[in-house]
Amino acid sequence: MSRFPSIRAGLLGLASALALSLAAPADAANPVLKIGFVGVTSGPAAAWGTSNVRSMQTLAEWWNSQGGVKIGDKTYDIDVVTFDDQKDPKRAIAGMEKMAQEGIHYVVGPNVDDGAAAVRPVAEKAGIIYFPYAFPKELYAKPASNAVLGMVASYQSGPAIYKYLKEKKGVKTVAFVAANESDPLSQRDSGVAAAKALGLDVVADKDTYQNDTRDFTPVLTPIVKLKPDLLVLSGVAPANAPLLIRSARELGFTGLISTETAQDAKVLEEGAGDLANGFISVGGASTPEIRSKAMEEFIERYTKKFGEYNDESNTKVYALQYIVDTLKADPKAIDNVDEFKKTIDAFSAPNPYLKDSSASLHYVGDTSFGQKRQLAVPLVVNEYQDGKFKTLFVANVD
Amino acid sequence: MEQVIANGLYLGAQYALIALGLTLIFALMNVLNFAHGQMYVLGGFVVYQVYGLMKLPFVVALVAAAATLAVLGALLERFLFRTVIRRSEREESTMLLAAGIAYFLDAAILLMFGEKQRGVHKIVSGVFVWDNLILPWDRILVAGLAVLFIVAFILMMQYTKPGRAMRAMAQDRTAAQLMGVPVQFYGLVGFALGAMLAGLVGGLLVTITGVNSGIGGPISIKAFMMVMIGGAGVTGGAIAGGFILGMLESVGLTVLHAYGDLTYLAIFVAMMIFLAIRPNGLMGKPWG
Repeated sequence: MSRFPSIRAGLLGLASALALSLAAPADAANPVLKIGFVGVTSGPAAAWGTSNVRSMQTLAEWWNSQGGVKIGDKTYDIDVVTFDDQKDPKRAIAGMEKMAQEGIHYVVGPNVDDGAAAVRPVAEKAGIIYFPYAFPKELYAKPASNAVLGMVASYQSGPAIYKYLKEKKGVKTVAFVAANESDPLSQRDSGVAAAKALGLDVVADKDTYQNDTRDFTPVLTPIVKLKPDLLVLSGVAPANAPLLIRSARELGFTGLISTETAQDAKVLEEGAGDLANGFISVGGASTPEIRSKAMEEFIERYTKKFGEYNDESNTKVYALQYIVDTLKADPKAIDNVDEFKKTIDAFSAPNPYLKDSSASLHYVGDTSFGQKRQLAVPLVVNEYQDGKFKTLFVANVD
Repeated sequence: MEQVIANGLYLGAQYALIALGLTLIFALMNVLNFAHGQMYVLGGFVVYQVYGLMKLPFVVALVAAAATLAVLGALLERFLFRTVIRRSEREESTMLLAAGIAYFLDAAILLMFGEKQRGVHKIVSGVFVWDNLILPWDRILVAGLAVLFIVAFILMMQYTKPGRAMRAMAQDRTAAQLMGVPVQFYGLVGFALGAMLAGLVGGLLVTITGVNSGIGGPISIKAFMMVMIGGAGVTGGAIAGGFILGMLESVGLTVLHAYGDLTYLAIFVAMMIFLAIRPNGLMGKPWG
């Protein structure tokens, strides 16, 4: 007889409980569906990628807390796998290769043109559908077929903004300034073409700056002297926008200032204060006037998780939603991107982020790319006013 | 033209202050501090926290930034650079250590303060207008403070006992040691002072240019350019390099603006030719 019967019994009980606890989750836990992100989450443009990652993580956590997402006859937990490419195309390739090694078929990002172009061969070879926030048309037009544009392109929003400003604010002359990098320069060129097509007088279209410039007064001094009605900050990074606005206003510029990229109200408030009032930019795709209760809950969860919200996440929330809803429509696409491509053409699902119950998630892009390779998200144009964005107008693409 | 000169002088004053700390550390320790830009960024974030978020007076925030960076500099010298210098005779060892610290600080700052651009409200509002010249008052104040700090630094180096000791170390470390200068102590003081200057200018400029976690590297590159122009390890050289770079930027961006981004191309070409003719910069000595 054991000298310590109670201890032996206790140990046996503990072992049984441990065995049960180890066995139980294996039966109960959902299989995991990995969705990737490759984009910029550090440096001056970090806000673009961070809003992607945080939107994906918030949404995935929300779904997982509700028991996961049902695709076909299985319920999955969503796991977001992230990679910071530091806005470097070489690192973007490494990131996409990492996604391929992990067996991931759906990747959000990259955030900029050269990164998105660089990952194309890897994505096509490894069978990955990726959702860049970059605008080169060749990524989305045939023979390319694996990239789906995640937002409204500058060549789609630019003409709409200039037309609005020409008709409503009497803009006649326009000057462009861009960072000396591929994205801003290509956005400047498409903006110049759009402005000329509308009959606007382009008074400056060559002025550039280094992306790491900290003081923009010397850059803007010659442009401000031209006194354009509108100053376009082509492809401006959120970190640089307040500095450019502040320098222009302090130099006495009284015209309008706009950009086709999304911005952050808090960053504008801190960096330029009241001088940023009237600044026009493309906004997140769910303004207070049009957003649903689900969008409001998403914003609340995001703010609770990360401390502050980024208006651009109103757009960035869509990519993961589209991926999962498309997989729900065709469960075979979960590991077969050819199925995904087939499903895109006829796909339609309710848009959970808009009040309008007839609004749907669907793919667009026929007009710009000749095939459906763009997420349909509302084009929202905002005006910054006293720390907040005010909606100027909402439109649809395609 | 007045505006171009004023822009150049303003840029020059802030650049000179950035370069001073870098050249001081190089002169005393023979260390190329690749983490100088990250120290600038940290100074900016300290001011953002203390002045922008905690709403304490700007002077308090500036003192906090200077003190934080001085302590960080002293700790880095005492526990990392001094150890590496003692154990390794190869100069690359300290360069690699500095590069490692730069990457570490980049990551730590990103974790602590996030990815967003941060800024604080203007310390002085209003704009000075005179004929064709437009200068915001806060820039005038910052440029004035930068010049004041530079003058104070020069006076300290010239007329105080620690200043004289550090100058002696910069000229000949062994001779200074033989003459009774506690070189380890003044090495620590010099490193702390260099880091403090980086934090001070970062804190000063957060009121105008803001700060974000990704700008450390570019700031370091600019600081190295100024030091190369003026001559490594020479206070006057760093100041001259700062003003020359500021003026070149201002003139270049005005004269060449219609031809695209040629300003930095022209500056780099001019610098390569200049260094080929005068490899030690304007005031640098061949022996360091």
